[in-house]
Amino acid sequence: MSKKNHKTLLHCTVNGREHDDVVDDNTLLVDYLRESLGLTGTKIGCDGGECGCCTVLVDGQPRHACLTLAATCTDKDIVTIEALEVQGRLSALQRGFHEKLGAQCGFCTPGMIMAAEGLLRENPDPSEEDIRQGLAANICRCTGYVKIIESVQYAAAELKRTGKEVAA
Amino acid sequence: MNEIKPTRTIGVPQPLVDGPEKVSGKALYSADFLPNNCLVGRIFRSPVAHAEIIRLDISAAEALPGVRGIITGEDCDEPYGVLPIARFEYPMARDKVRYRGEPLACVAAVDVETAQKALDLIKFEYRELPAYFTSSDAMSEDAIDLHDHRPGNIEREVDYEIGDVDSALKDADMVLEETYNCPEICQVQTEPHAAIAEYDAERDYMTVRASTQVPFYVHIMLAKTLKMDQSQIRVIKPHIGGGFGCRTECLNVELMCALVARKAKGTVRLVVSREETFITHRGRPETDVKMKIGVKKDGTITAVDFQVIQRGGGYSGYGVVTILYAGSLVFGVYNFENARYKGLRVLTNTPPPGAMRGHGTVGVRYAFEALIDEISHRLKMDPIEFRRRNFLSAPTFTANDLMINSYGLPECLDWVEKESDWKTKKGNLGPYRGIGVAASHYLSGASKSVNWTGEPHATIHLKLDWDASITLLTGAPEIGQGSTTVITQCVAEVLGLDMTRIQSVTSDSKVTPKDNGAYSSRITFMVGNAAINAANNLKQVLIEAAARKLDCKPEDVECLGEVYRAASQDEGMTFEEVVLAALEGSGTITVKGNYDTIPESHGTKKYRGGAIGGSMAYAYSAQVVEVTVDPETAQVTVDKVWVAQDVGKALNPLSCEGQIQGSVWMGMGQAISEETVYHKGLGISGSMLDYRVPSFIESPPIEVGIIESIDPHGPFGAKEAGETSLSSFIPALTNAVADAVGVRPIDLPVTPDKLMELIEKRESGQKAAIK
Ligand code: FES
Ligand code: FES
Repeated sequence: MSKKNHKTLLHCTVNGREHDDVVDDNTLLVDYLRESLGLTGTKIGCDGGECGCCTVLVDGQPRHACLTLAATCTDKDIVTIEALEVQGRLSALQRGFHEKLGAQCGFCTPGMIMAAEGLLRENPDPSEEDIRQGLAANICRCTGYVKIIESVQYAAAELKRTGKEVAA
Repeated sequence: MNEIKPTRTIGVPQPLVDGPEKVSGKALYSADFLPNNCLVGRIFRSPVAHAEIIRLDISAAEALPGVRGIITGEDCDEPYGVLPIARFEYPMARDKVRYRGEPLACVAAVDVETAQKALDLIKFEYRELPAYFTSSDAMSEDAIDLHDHRPGNIEREVDYEIGDVDSALKDADMVLEETYNCPEICQVQTEPHAAIAEYDAERDYMTVRASTQVPFYVHIMLAKTLKMDQSQIRVIKPHIGGGFGCRTECLNVELMCALVARKAKGTVRLVVSREETFITHRGRPETDVKMKIGVKKDGTITAVDFQVIQRGGGYSGYGVVTILYAGSLVFGVYNFENARYKGLRVLTNTPPPGAMRGHGTVGVRYAFEALIDEISHRLKMDPIEFRRRNFLSAPTFTANDLMINSYGLPECLDWVEKESDWKTKKGNLGPYRGIGVAASHYLSGASKSVNWTGEPHATIHLKLDWDASITLLTGAPEIGQGSTTVITQCVAEVLGLDMTRIQSVTSDSKVTPKDNGAYSSRITFMVGNAAINAANNLKQVLIEAAARKLDCKPEDVECLGEVYRAASQDEGMTFEEVVLAALEGSGTITVKGNYDTIPESHGTKKYRGGAIGGSMAYAYSAQVVEVTVDPETAQVTVDKVWVAQDVGKALNPLSCEGQIQGSVWMGMGQAISEETVYHKGLGISGSMLDYRVPSFIESPPIEVGIIESIDPHGPFGAKEAGETSLSSFIPALTNAVADAVGVRPIDLPVTPDKLMELIEKRESGQKAAIK
C-alpha cells in the first residue's frame, strides 16, 4: 500500500546507541521502540495514558511512550528497561523487584521500574509517601503495591550502601 | 569435614524462578512476538446490543489491497465454550448479536492502517431487537428470549434445601434479612488479550501462542472450531500478564486469530485494545444476594436462607458453575446444618462474565459476613466472639458434604485480633474512624474437573540427563502467581537439591504433559502433589542406581541431595556419579508423577450440581480493616489491613504474602471503587481511568499473618494462597464503615455519593426523631 503519511527523520539515542530512522509523524514512541527497534521490554497495557506500562525515560524523565510521538524525540536521550542491567547483572532496582517480589506477572514491571528509576535519580532517599507519589501513574493489578514499595526501598538502601548512582 | 545435608527449599522465601526475565524486560508476552511478514488482525464488532443479522457485506473490505483474509460467522459453525453442557457461543456471531461489541468479523491485513480501513468498509445490516441490560428486565413477562433453548432467559435455576430451614428459623431468637447488590466488575489484568497464530498451509498445521490460563482448553476449542485434528495443533503459553480468571476459558480472541490465520495462509498477530479487553470481559457478574440468617441468643447460627441472582450476559460461559458455587460455598466457614438456596443465572444483552478470582463466592460471603456483623451488633456481642461461637471443628464434613480436614480460621481470627489491637480499637476510634472484621474461605482446586476424562488430575514429567540436570516439564500455566516456582520447590525438596539443578519448561502442548490450567487455585495443591510424586519416583531410580554401585540394598542408601551413600562413614557418590549410574543401560530417564483427588472430596449428591464446591482442602482467612471517613465528602480511606490466612503450609512464604496482599487489594477495589457501567449496552467504563482500579495513593499497608494448619492431603500440608483473602475484605470494610459512621453501606461499591446519601438519611432521621 502506498502510504501518504508525512515522515520525519528521527535522530535520537536509545539505550546509549544513536539511531537515524525515518518515522511516520503519527508513530508513537512505544511502537517505534517495540516494532522498529525490537525493544519489547516496554509494554502496552491500555489505549493511552491510563496504566503506565509503557513508561520510559526521555532525557531522564519518566514519560508515557504511548502518549509521545516518536518524531518529537529528535535529539533526545531515551532509556528503556533493556538498558538497566549492569554488565549483564540486574541493577539494584531490578534486583529489588526480583528479590522482594515487586513483580508477579511482570507486565507492569518494566514501566514501574522505569518510573522508579526516574524517581531515584531525582530523589535517592525517598520516603514511602514519595514512592507512592512518584509511582502513582503506574497501575499494578497483582501486588497491591505493598511489595513494590519494599522493592524500591530495597534499591534505595542498596544504592546508598554501595555508594552508587541509580544509573551507574 | 562439613556435614553434608540435603538442601531445604520448602518454607524458605524464594524469589520467582522466572523473576530475572520479568524485571529485565526479557520476558516475552504474547504481543511481544513480532515475526517478519506477520499480518495484523482487527475485529469488527457489533454496534448494537441485540439484533438479528440480516447481512454482513465484506466484499469492499476484501477488495482492499493489503487485506489478506477476512472471516465472519460464516467461516465457523462450531460453537465453543468451557462447559460441555453449555456451548452456544461462536467465535463470531452467526444469527444474532447478543451484546454490544460482540465480534462479527476479523480482518488480517499487512498493517494496522489497512486493517482499520477494511473494518470501515464492512457493511452490517441488522434488525434491532429489544435488549435487556438488567436481570429483572430480561426476566420480565414480555421479554423475548436471547436463546431459543433458554426460555425466560434463565440460564440455570438452582435450588436446594438442606436440613429444615423453616423450623430452624422458627427456633431462632433473632432473624435478620437484607438484600445486597454487588455490581459487575472486571479483572483488568494489565496485559490486554493477545494471540499470535502461525498457520503452516503446507502441513495444515497450526501453532498458537495466546494470553491464556488454560492452554489445554484453548487447544480443544481450536480443534473444534477449526475442525482440525487435535494432533495438528500446538498451543504455547508465553509469559502472561495476569489473568484473575478472565482467561480460564478459551476466548474468541485466540479462536479468531487462528481462523483468520488459516484463511490468510500466514501468521496473524491479534492484540486487542484495553476497551476490547473490557468487552471480552469474563469478569464477576452483577450479583444480588438476599440473605436471611437466624441465630440463637448465644450467637449460634440456626439457619441460612438465601437467594442469588446473577446477570449472566449474552452467553453461558462458566455461568452454571458460578451460580452453583454461590450456593455450595455458603458452607465451609461456619458450622450450621440448615440452609436453603435459590440461585438464578440470567441471560442479558451485556458481555458475558466469567470465573473471576474468588469465583462464585464473593457476593454471598460479603452478604453473610455483613449480616452477621449486624446480628452481633444487635446481640451486643463482639463480632469476633460471634464467629468463635460458630466454628467448625476439623476433621469434618459440612452439611453439604464438603470435606474439611484442616481449619485454621480460629488462629486467623486470633492473629488479626491481636495484631490490629482490636479490643482497644473496636468502638473507641473516635468519630469517622472505624474498624471491621470478616472471614472467608476458598477451595484448593475443584475436585472434579469440568472436562472429565478419567485421566489423573495432574501430571508432571521429570527428565534426567547425562549433564545431571533435571528438566521439569509441566503444563501448569504460570501466569504470574508463581506456580512454576512452587512446583520446582516441591521437586527440589524431595530430592534435597538446590533449585538451580532444576530447569522448567512450561505449557507447550507438544512438549509438556497436559494440564487443566490455572484456575480454582488448583496448581499448588494438585500439581504440587504430582510434582512430589514424580520426584519420589525419580529418587527411587537414583537410589537403586546408587545401591548397585555401592553394593548395598536400596533401603540402606542415604540420599543427601548432592551425595548418596551407603552408611554415614561412607564417602558415597556424588549426584553426578549417581546420575551416570542410573543412565547406564537406560539412557536419558523421564519419570512422571500423578495426582488424583479422592471421592470423599467430590461434594454432595444431595442436589443437582452438588459436585461444584467440592475440594480436597479449603484455605481460611480473617481480616481486620481500619478506615477513616471524610466527614465532608464521605470518601472512605483504608488506613490499614491486617490479614491472616491459613495456607496449610507456606511452601513459598514470599509468594504467599504477595498473593494474599494482591487478593486483599483486589477485594478493596470491588469494595470502594470498581464497577463496570453500561449505557444501553455500551460499555462506558472501558478504560483504566473510567474503571477505577485503586492506585498507589489510595492503597493501604497490608500486614500479613501466615497460619499453617498442615492439611493431611496438601503437598507438604499446603492449601491455596491466592483467592481466599479477597472476599472477606469487602464485608470487613463495610463493617468498619458502619463502626465509623453508624450507618451500614449495603450496595457496592462504597463510593462517596452513596455513603453521603446514607449518612444524610440517618441524620435527617435523627433530626426527625428529636422533633
Ligand atoms: S500503555 Fe498504558 S499508559 Fe502507556
Ligand atoms: S506484577 Fe502483574 S501487574 Fe504488576
